[in-house]
Amino acid sequence: MSRRMLQFAGAALALGWMGLAVAAPDVGAAEKQPLNVHAIVMFFIFVMMTLGITYWAAQRTKTASDYYSAGGGITGTQNGLAIAGDYMSAATLLGLTSMTYFQGFDGYIYCICFYVGWPFIMFIMAERLRNLGKFTFADITSYRLDQRQVRTIAAIGSLTVVIFYLIAQMVGAGQLIKLLFGLEYWIAVVIVGVMMVIYVTFGGMIATTWVQIIKACLLLGGGTLVMLLAFSQFGFNFETLATKAVENSKKGAALMAPGAFLSDPVTAVSLSLGLMFGTAGLPHILMRFFTVPNAKEARKSVFIATLCVGFFFTVVALMGLSAITIVGTNAQYFEGGVVGSRLLGGNNMPAMHLAHAVGGNLMLGFLSAVAFATILAVVAGLALAGASAISHDLYANVIRGGQATEAEEVRISKMSSLGLGVVAVLLGIAFERQNVAFMVGLAFGVAASCNFPVLILSMYWKGLTTRGAIWGSVAGLVSAVLIVVLSKAVWVAVLGNKEPIFPYEQPAIFSMPLAFFFAWLGSVTDKSDRAAKEKEAFNDQYVRAQTGFGAAGAAAH
Amino acid sequence: MSTAVYERIRKNPKFDELVARRSRFAWMLTAVVLGIYFVFIMVVAFNPTLLATPIWEGGTASIAWPIGAGMILLFWLMTGLYIRRANGEFDDINSAIVKGAIE
Repeated sequence: MSRRMLQFAGAALALGWMGLAVAAPDVGAAEKQPLNVHAIVMFFIFVMMTLGITYWAAQRTKTASDYYSAGGGITGTQNGLAIAGDYMSAATLLGLTSMTYFQGFDGYIYCICFYVGWPFIMFIMAERLRNLGKFTFADITSYRLDQRQVRTIAAIGSLTVVIFYLIAQMVGAGQLIKLLFGLEYWIAVVIVGVMMVIYVTFGGMIATTWVQIIKACLLLGGGTLVMLLAFSQFGFNFETLATKAVENSKKGAALMAPGAFLSDPVTAVSLSLGLMFGTAGLPHILMRFFTVPNAKEARKSVFIATLCVGFFFTVVALMGLSAITIVGTNAQYFEGGVVGSRLLGGNNMPAMHLAHAVGGNLMLGFLSAVAFATILAVVAGLALAGASAISHDLYANVIRGGQATEAEEVRISKMSSLGLGVVAVLLGIAFERQNVAFMVGLAFGVAASCNFPVLILSMYWKGLTTRGAIWGSVAGLVSAVLIVVLSKAVWVAVLGNKEPIFPYEQPAIFSMPLAFFFAWLGSVTDKSDRAAKEKEAFNDQYVRAQTGFGAAGAAAH
Repeated sequence: MSTAVYERIRKNPKFDELVARRSRFAWMLTAVVLGIYFVFIMVVAFNPTLLATPIWEGGTASIAWPIGAGMILLFWLMTGLYIRRANGEFDDINSAIVKGAIE
């Protein structure tokens, strides 16, 4: 296996270098930056390091448990960093810095909405997730319900989330890399796809976790360094920073207060609900809870993850505020060299320009490499979650009725990750010129409406039956997708119609209650024998959820 | 394999007590987090100028930023408070209950 892996890795690198050669003559094309040598060198160091880790992880991946959950052998602190890594994407670094740069405090409100799901996960979900789950969150929802039906719908929910999230990441990756590294779009997408498949196929959860940990440290370290360098220009005085920002921003004093962000309360509440409960329904995040040996470590992971995410959001907000003065008054970062015109490279670039302004090409290169590494790590986590839904839920438990051997299951999972890689690359290329902003919203909406309600009910409500779980999931899935499709984000922006059919873009405030309602309705009207047995089985499940007795333990090694 | 053990655990009054205490603590913390968050969002939606109040008399920096950062810090400290009790006190009772049921 290791030899095959090395060949694969070699091919991937060759492909990368080939890309450089192909891209070289294009330097200077619109929107594409000149080849960024620092960034590329640092990125290749990251790639070599992660390939080394993948090789090491491949030696240690022997059983299905190693493959899906790193044998339950990750410590709470390591897992906390990895969870934070899964959560802090390149979009967080670039998008939220840019939001603070343009909108001021609204950017920080957005950060807080993103953040507040974590304490909730800690208090209400962490220990039960760990005590009940094994490889995928469907292990929990199907614990006492009909394996085939519940796992099928859970897998559909997971795959929907994974695919939309993957496309958004792929398109973002392609555009970002084109911009930062000066590579062709399609080459960037192929590199991301190939690396993702290598990590997941050969290294499974162990490699995915360590890639995520390294990336989280790089992102936290890089972001903090840029923030400190920028903040030092204001003498580490927040009042000076704020005064200068207000002086130099088009928004002026409005930077210091909430603005347009919550002008529409329905959208605002819906967005917060979607972010908060969507986080608790993302399959790649939920999967991370099964990599630690017990509930104690699961709680510790959320504690560390909450710290990292909260700290990073604050760093990002300070970066955005500093950029208003440092980047916003420097003509070299604007098109045509005119302060106040369009930012070079587009609206997502304040973080990158700030890195350049405070640390020159070296810092820009470093932060670009970190952004690329971030994308790789996030897509690897997604691909593993998607592949597990296919192999563990659909193949092993639905198609084979639990009769598949571990080896077969892992083989299917590896084939699935390859398949997902191909699909992600093709869709990533197909959607190059589309507006994909709605896809992340859709992923969170489906996670909050299809996955989360049934997951939380299965853990907390004795009365949930198979029929209720199916009704709830389907109602959440269909309503979330329909609302997004009929809203402005897709109906107008993608499909080119004049007026949206549905006035709101954020589905959660509508689709979550629908999912809960139908899960309840389907359950209470279910008078079958099976339903009675399912309710009866809650008692044992409850004891296991609370005490961890009988929980899937750490592997012996 | 373990239905009998689950049965014994369930019959142990200490189990009910543990679950009740831990759940009460978890829900209380959840309520505090959601309460503070909800109040914050309501202020943002209905009285945004309140948050524009300067930190220092005549200054520019508004109280919105330290309030935001304070919320992030407070919520994190609350997760710390939870694991302190859950990983210590509650887990000790928990392992005693499980041990008693296996023997």
